Amino acid sequence: MDETDEIVHEFLVESHENLDQLDRDFVQLEREPGSRELLASVFRTIHTIKGTSGFLAFSRLESLTHVGENLLARLRDGKIVMTPVIADGLLAMVDAVREILASIEADGSEGEVDVSAVVSHIQILLDGGVPVPVTPTVAELPAPVPEESHAVTAAEAVIEVVLADAVPMPAPTPVAPPTDAAPVPAPAPAATESVAVTPAPVTPAPAAPAPVASAAESSTPESGRRGAADSSIRVDVELLDSLMRQVGELVLSRNQIVRQAGLLDDADLLRAAQHLGLIASELQEGVMKTRMQPIDHIWAKLPRIVRDLGALCHKKVRLEMVGKETELDRTLLEAVKDPLTHLVRNAVDHGLESPEDRVARGKPAEGVLTLKAFHEGGQVVVEVSDDGAGIDTERIRVKAGEKGLLRPDQLAQMNPADLLQLVFAPGFSTAAAVTNVSGRGVGMDVVKTNIEAIGGAIEIESAVGVGTTCRLRIPLTLAIVASLTIECAGDRYAIPQVSLQELVTLDADRAVSQVEDVGGAEVYRLRGQLLPLVRLADVLKVPTERTDGHVVIAVLQADGRRFGLVVDRVLNTEEIVVKPLSSRLKSIGVYSGATILGDGRVALILDVQALAKGALRPGGVEREQVVTDHSDRPDESERVLLVGAGGGREVAIPLSMVTRLEQVSIDRVERVGSREVVQYRGAILPLLRLQQHLGSYGEESPTHLLLVVYTSAGRSIALVVDEVRDIVDGASIRSDIDDAGLTGSAVIRDKVVELLDVRSAILAADPYFFIDGMSSDSLLEGALS
Amino acid sequence: MKVQLATFQLAGYTYGIEVGMVQEVLRQQSRTRVPLAPPAVAGLVNLRGQVLTAIDLRSRLDLPERPEGVEPMVVVVRVAGEPVSLLVDSIGDVVDVDSDTFEQPPDTLSDAGRELITGAYMLSDRLLLALDTDRAVAG
Repeated sequence: MDETDEIVHEFLVESHENLDQLDRDFVQLEREPGSRELLASVFRTIHTIKGTSGFLAFSRLESLTHVGENLLARLRDGKIVMTPVIADGLLAMVDAVREILASIEADGSEGEVDVSAVVSHIQILLDGGVPVPVTPTVAELPAPVPEESHAVTAAEAVIEVVLADAVPMPAPTPVAPPTDAAPVPAPAPAATESVAVTPAPVTPAPAAPAPVASAAESSTPESGRRGAADSSIRVDVELLDSLMRQVGELVLSRNQIVRQAGLLDDADLLRAAQHLGLIASELQEGVMKTRMQPIDHIWAKLPRIVRDLGALCHKKVRLEMVGKETELDRTLLEAVKDPLTHLVRNAVDHGLESPEDRVARGKPAEGVLTLKAFHEGGQVVVEVSDDGAGIDTERIRVKAGEKGLLRPDQLAQMNPADLLQLVFAPGFSTAAAVTNVSGRGVGMDVVKTNIEAIGGAIEIESAVGVGTTCRLRIPLTLAIVASLTIECAGDRYAIPQVSLQELVTLDADRAVSQVEDVGGAEVYRLRGQLLPLVRLADVLKVPTERTDGHVVIAVLQADGRRFGLVVDRVLNTEEIVVKPLSSRLKSIGVYSGATILGDGRVALILDVQALAKGALRPGGVEREQVVTDHSDRPDESERVLLVGAGGGREVAIPLSMVTRLEQVSIDRVERVGSREVVQYRGAILPLLRLQQHLGSYGEESPTHLLLVVYTSAGRSIALVVDEVRDIVDGASIRSDIDDAGLTGSAVIRDKVVELLDVRSAILAADPYFFIDGMSSDSLLEGALS
Repeated sequence: MKVQLATFQLAGYTYGIEVGMVQEVLRQQSRTRVPLAPPAVAGLVNLRGQVLTAIDLRSRLDLPERPEGVEPMVVVVRVAGEPVSLLVDSIGDVVDVDSDTFEQPPDTLSDAGRELITGAYMLSDRLLLALDTDRAVAG
């Protein structure tokens, strides 16, 4: 019922607008009677009303517009020529349409408005006859009233009749058939003229009902309700933007005053400042609201998409939508539309399984796709979740390897959550086949780019067999951004909070031990993950003011990269109003805008994306880049993988003997005799624990084993290592000081590293490894035969 | 033809810009420096909630740096509808000049100086250099 109401409401608003256009068109038409363009425009308007009224089952309105449309079609096609009689007929029709609309607006029904007279009148015109002009019902009563009243009263009267006719006046005696009407319009010549002119300007529909309602407040029950056309107005977005800006200024001035008031010991001033603060906040909220629209605007078309898509993919899908009414900024809404549609398509196409598969897995045949929108922490969160197959991170690992997105050793080290992030990498698609529905080149990377472009973020969670959830975090508005203010070399900068993940502070001692140098670039090990560090002072070429050796790191994420920005000091979080920068300053590539802080001073907003791109490249700080940079060099044989082998020992394995790195769960380890093996890519992979092989001791990883896999001639072995540390250039200083399982030792980066005798290690894992082209099975067969 | 110029001083020279371009004149404001920006960008200033780029004309015109302790004045000009603030040493009068007295820029000016000067007007007691504001701001 509510939805119907809403549709009717929209229909009314739209029709009122259309009718206004109609009035203008008619006036214009009188000047250019032959204009096909105008006729076509009028035709379209009536056609639209007819279509919707048929849909909403307003039968009288439909029949009325139907004949009108026919007449207009003939005019438009030049089959008949516009005459004043026809013009009158059309105007009568338009007035009748207004009447019905007014009635619908008043009580939701077509009321008692009788259209038969107008219909038959037009029908006669259609049949080529010349009917006696019908003056519209409206014009009958008040026009001649010698009340010497101003135009407004006339209009009021007119409308009042319209509004009231459902109740007290059972219509001014349902206009007699045309013939009877003949005597009535005694003042016919005058009337016809006034009909053509008066009703048009008198009834600018949107404005009219309001004064009437107030004029007739006591008598009409509708008085409390504003007319459909009245309750909303169209406002130029530009105007809203400028209001928004000004309110932004107000908020800033408020901040300044509140701050100043806090310094002075004046209770009255403080109270006033607080009051101002309150009002400014409310005003800001109110202005923001003017630009807000419920997310339903873009959700509304999704049920159809899901239905069609489900049919296309032979999937049963139930779409559930929670939080339709959640509002966000209009421009953001537009920006979110396409990414959201893409996610929904993805979920239906790839996320949900076919009904048979679902039943086979003990799920109901019908998949559930849930859209959820809600406010959280000053952001709008939109979730798209399915209860489908989920994303197998191992498949991502394999796929990413095949596509060459990352090197095997990098992939091997990634945990499931990181692997999941790879779906956002450009050129990645987990879809086994490119289907008609998705896989058309608009990938998740584009979704991510689009969302980040509006200052949002996207997250993905997935559990195999349970489903996948994509979560969009969208700022409420573009103009005001939650940000972290930091200090560097005495200047303050703002960092949009959406790219901020966490803050880490290291005191001088910990900074020395935990900030490491990798190939001339600093990294910090954040919970076991290497975090490349970028010193803001270095980027900006300013002297840092931090002299105590403490390191303050803002962990930022942008464009799928995570890095730590080292700043002098973290100040606080603040809502800031983004101001544009001149293009000259923007082209520096470090700042995305400026803002005015509470004390009135300007602060630059750091462009985190640009920082990530610009600052990380030259130094090759990011781990993956360290590796790729090196791989450009020809002397691969000289490069080694450094691994931990327990007991603090660092062992170097020539990179040429490393095919890939893997991480397997300890549960996957099985035994064949005394050997440990895992099933790996459809084969049995023998494991050799490097610790035991080298006779060192150390604590074992309780849940996962890190494997260095070497494959040759279709056979693989894996060395179990404690830790993969780095890939470095080979040693310059070698020595033959060795021990069991080693070929010697070397100094690599000022540290003595043991060089692994890979051959003996491999043989220890698989004695038959180097017997070319022969598997142990065939050996066995040979022995038996 | 008469032209009205707003005048200001820079390192002993008198410069003028068309009065119509000047939006307002302010005392020195606190500026936020912009690391990595071109040297003439003296920072960003807050003009009633608008963020303006401040350009130091001394640096722009290749003049020696402003001595320590001399607080610059700010001339806010509108170039292509956008306000920009220019840092000058001090503000002079608005003078009426006759286009008849317009001459080529004097040779004694540095290259950078010449480029940004459209010419000079002879006043009774001194030379008034007409600044090409568009170019001065664009650099």
